[in-house]
Amino acid sequence: MDRSAPATNVHPNGEPVVRLEGVRKQFGKLVVLNGVDLTLPRGLTTVIIGESGAGKSVILKHIVRLLQPDGGAVYYEGERIDNLPERRLAKIRPDFGFLFQLSALFDSMTVGENVAFPILEHRQVTRREAVRRAREKLALVGLEGIEKQMPAELSGGQRKRVALARAIAQDPKLILYDEPTTGLDPPRADVINELILKLQHELHVTSVVVTHDMASATKVADRILMLYQGKIIYEGTSRSILEADDARVRCFVHGRAFEEDLQSLQGAR
Amino acid sequence: MLSALGAKTVETLAAFGRFSLFTWQMGRWLLPGMVRPRTWALLMPELYEVGNRTLPVIAVTGVFVGLVLAVQSYDQLEAAGFERGMGTLLTLTLVRELGPVLAGVMLAGRVGGALTAELGTMRVTEQISALQVMGADPVRHLVVPRFLACLLFAPLLTFWCNVCGSLAGWFVAVRLKHIPSSPYWYNISANVETFDLVLGFVKSLVFGGAIGLIACYKGFHCRTGAEGVGRACTEAFVTSFIVILATDFFIGTFFSGLYRALYGFKALAIS
Repeated sequence: MDRSAPATNVHPNGEPVVRLEGVRKQFGKLVVLNGVDLTLPRGLTTVIIGESGAGKSVILKHIVRLLQPDGGAVYYEGERIDNLPERRLAKIRPDFGFLFQLSALFDSMTVGENVAFPILEHRQVTRREAVRRAREKLALVGLEGIEKQMPAELSGGQRKRVALARAIAQDPKLILYDEPTTGLDPPRADVINELILKLQHELHVTSVVVTHDMASATKVADRILMLYQGKIIYEGTSRSILEADDARVRCFVHGRAFEEDLQSLQGAR
Repeated sequence: MLSALGAKTVETLAAFGRFSLFTWQMGRWLLPGMVRPRTWALLMPELYEVGNRTLPVIAVTGVFVGLVLAVQSYDQLEAAGFERGMGTLLTLTLVRELGPVLAGVMLAGRVGGALTAELGTMRVTEQISALQVMGADPVRHLVVPRFLACLLFAPLLTFWCNVCGSLAGWFVAVRLKHIPSSPYWYNISANVETFDLVLGFVKSLVFGGAIGLIACYKGFHCRTGAEGVGRACTEAFVTSFIVILATDFFIGTFFSGLYRALYGFKALAIS
């Protein structure tokens, strides 16, 4: 692994929030993760970049136990969670906030109900209190007064922001962003980037962002990892990655095709 | 050839295992869910969807089946001198067989397909994953209310189908074929027993539960994309249809044997 910025690998804030050790995952014959080792240092934003289909989202889904690894282990706050019973896991899950790639808002509920849902699910609060807190979270993402609208009435950017409000509804310790800017025009994508920075600043959470949008990655990252063919091949900062020695990292950062892809294209001719 | 057969067998067994696990998960939440106020809040829209919106379709089905049965049977019954027993024959056919089966098939087509499409879309758009991440069990939130709605409404819809079919039969018998009205109803009350009603009720309960479970299972396990959702809907209907017909046979055989054991053979008494 290219460690251009070894300083980032030392976790100044103590024990990492999440640790993956040799995680392997295979779908049918396709090996997606082939022994991934990574840590998420407390209070920092870690960005995982990599080509489409590299398995970035699969890593996120292992962290929140939507998927279980075929091999290796996943730790959260020092406790192994990949083999934890569902009942125990349910107690940990409010610590996670997850922004899905397609927002995943509940179509049958209003915006307010969507954001209030996790609050009502886990906290012993009245409906009125849940609605008040939902309004508060919507205000935090700059969307006040849309509680009564349905998700179908919102633009793509607004949906992402509502989903983000829902993700932070339970005051999570760890926020996971799955392709937060995909499908948005550059100004709207930058609004999401600003929100990630704002939440990081105001809530002091640990964040992990999966993206292939380099503008977004370099803006929000405290540290950047690159996933390639099922392994983490690079770890550095948003500055150091621009000067990485690894040809694959340089190709990705500068938006050039990988060497083997070019060769396969020439072979096809 | 042999390896393909083996692979298919393994795949079928794995699917059966997944379905059994799904049923177990649903069963585990069923009782706690029924005493939880939020389940009832989630159940109300499902009851409206399953019940209220299916009533017109069931009514139309019941009416036309009743009309056809009456028209088709009249000539033969008249030739045998049993035309006054038309109501009995028609109502028994509906209560024991056609009512539960037709209501089940219509429920599978109208509601089962919609449930599968709804849950399938929720799966594809990661709404089910979102529930999981929020620590809300998707089976408790999505499956239990839908299963209960199918289970509770299938007997009511069956009853509605029977009523509509019997009234349609009465229309043909009394209005078109001029059979007196009172023997039509009297023969029904004399020959349709509580046992027949119980049989129809049990069938409808089993069909309703099976439809709800199959539809939710297919939605939960559908493949990604529009094609995946479409295929899941088709599979849900076809599986439900086959399960309805197969369980109908087994329940019918069991109850027939039980009736003979309890009461012996009884011929219809037409007056």
